[in-house]
Amino acid sequence: MSDRPAMLRRIRRALAVPGSAHVVREVGTSRPVEAVRASLLPGGASEAERIARFSERCRELKADFLLLDEVSRLPAALAALVEREGFRRIATHRSELTDAACRDLPASVLDTNGGYDKHELERADAGITACDALVAQTGSVLVSSRSAGGRGISVLPPHHVVLARREQLVPDLFAAFELIQRRYASDFPSMLSLITGPSRTGDIERVLVLGAHGPKRLTILCA
Amino acid sequence: MTSAKSEFQERSARVAPDLEHRARMTRQLRLYSTQRAAREGAYGDFQAARRAAGETKWQALMALDRHLLEFSEKLEARGAKVHWAADGAEARAIVLDVLSKRQAKLVVKSKAMTAEEIGLAEALAERGIEVVESDLGEFIMQLRKEPPYHIVFPAMHLSRDEVGELFHAELAAERTDDPEALTMIARRVLRQKYVAADAGITGANFAVAETGMISITENEGNARLGAALPSCMITLVGIEKVLPKLEDLALFLPLLATAGAGQLLTGYNTLYAGPRAPGESDGPEEYHVVLLDNGRSELLADPELRDALRCIRCGACLNVCPVFRNVGGHTYGTTYPGPIGAVLTPSLRQQDGFEHLPDASSLCGACSETCPVGIDLHHHLLEHRRRRAVTDPSPLWHAVFRAYAFVCARPALYERLISFARFGTRLLRWAARIGVAQAARLASERELPEPAALTFRERWRRR
Repeated sequence: MSDRPAMLRRIRRALAVPGSAHVVREVGTSRPVEAVRASLLPGGASEAERIARFSERCRELKADFLLLDEVSRLPAALAALVEREGFRRIATHRSELTDAACRDLPASVLDTNGGYDKHELERADAGITACDALVAQTGSVLVSSRSAGGRGISVLPPHHVVLARREQLVPDLFAAFELIQRRYASDFPSMLSLITGPSRTGDIERVLVLGAHGPKRLTILCA
Repeated sequence: MTSAKSEFQERSARVAPDLEHRARMTRQLRLYSTQRAAREGAYGDFQAARRAAGETKWQALMALDRHLLEFSEKLEARGAKVHWAADGAEARAIVLDVLSKRQAKLVVKSKAMTAEEIGLAEALAERGIEVVESDLGEFIMQLRKEPPYHIVFPAMHLSRDEVGELFHAELAAERTDDPEALTMIARRVLRQKYVAADAGITGANFAVAETGMISITENEGNARLGAALPSCMITLVGIEKVLPKLEDLALFLPLLATAGAGQLLTGYNTLYAGPRAPGESDGPEEYHVVLLDNGRSELLADPELRDALRCIRCGACLNVCPVFRNVGGHTYGTTYPGPIGAVLTPSLRQQDGFEHLPDASSLCGACSETCPVGIDLHHHLLEHRRRRAVTDPSPLWHAVFRAYAFVCARPALYERLISFARFGTRLLRWAARIGVAQAARLASERELPEPAALTFRERWRRR
């Protein structure tokens, strides 16, 4: 049924028609990224600024952001969270940060590496994942199917906990897409997602409700 | 005889005087305007961002053939299958074929205006495939068996009580009018569907040529779930959605969120690059992307109206349109309502009968002013009218305007006649008072102006 040549032919024929003066645009071939960047929201020039901005965005988005002094404190911070929230079943995956932090948790652990039973993931109280980056400009967490345990773990359990290092905080979306290109260009993961706050909806009278389908809560532990 | 035009008139006459409808629309859309204005203020230079986005979309369209090829080759290299559909019938056949090969019985679908455009859900239901709309607004509208009211806020016209009644009647849920409790009812129902579904169908916001990826923007996470758990994923995307480079998203994602819903960034902005890759823990075995033309290449051949293909479907022009606010989304009877719908529909539907839509505009220009990619919408509405005046001239209006021109070129005659107008207005008011049907209807819909005692010319002479 694939009708590629015919469709492309129609498009080329259409493009051969000259545009009217009213709609034709002068298109500069090289629009400097810096000019576009300056027209958007700032990300922060220093690490302190980026942290301040990210934490402010998290407040607006109703995400919890906890900044720790050093990476060695992550396991204790996570254990305290698990206890406080009363998680009995958690889902996680193999990575440097999650391995260290999930070793001795007082909860049963589902490892998504190599595949998992989706009914079991549906019953998990929380998904605990690493990430590719945090974005100061927008308060987003960048995850991918390779860095964060697949597609389902960050969106099916009712609470998503992200473990990150300070160095992973990038200023803005341009930097995030640069990072994706640098890290993966030869072999992209099948999914990359910018998560900005917990799942939300305003579909009933534009009243904000968290946890429409995905996580009702998003916690970011950063060291 | 009922035509699309007479239906439009009949429905707008019913909805426009509905004060409750008006209050609800005004409240929600005012909230949108306030939030959006606050967001725009936080940009370094929102107008510069708009200009950059408008140019990028133009650039993308002017090399559409190359971008589509690059997109499809890059995406297929990772094991996805790209299908090319010239129209709705072909696209429906492709999706049906994929689903029947997998013997799919249950499909979870996230928001896709292209699917509305080609009647996909109905076609699947006819073949006995259950389609569950997973976006909350779309889920509500599916239970009501109605099309979406707005391209971004599908159930914006309903009150919480109406949704509560609906869930009580259709889902046997406990009665409540609390939006949070209602959302949790839908959450409960839908979570079971994601786990059980054989396939997930999505729309797309952008197709990135450089890397061969589909970009989907959503707040709820329903598209992400539909793309994570079922073993087959299908994305339906209009050919005009291409962006040349991955980094273009750094501009378009915030712009779409701000223009569409007054947000800084939408909750989930996700790139899909193929089916589950080796070593990954989940994701579909099969990923199909259907590139849909359905009248778009015809529009691209139009020297003027091709401009409308830059639309990113943010819905901002609906939100600010005084006609949309008053007549509501269903009155149009089209997939895309509001100003952009009036520009696109006559071309995309590939059928006659919607030429009246460009008349449903006050030409106030609020749509052009708000469009994040700078589509000159009210200019295009006028262009539609201009063309119709040529292709379908009205002898009556020709006569009226010839007479008008004749009078206006003769000041003495004009002055004589204008004094009759004063008398005419009085006559009309009197006719309305004694109940002449036509005049009474006019007076019931608007206040008839009090005629001035003296015309401008008379006052000027006496000054």
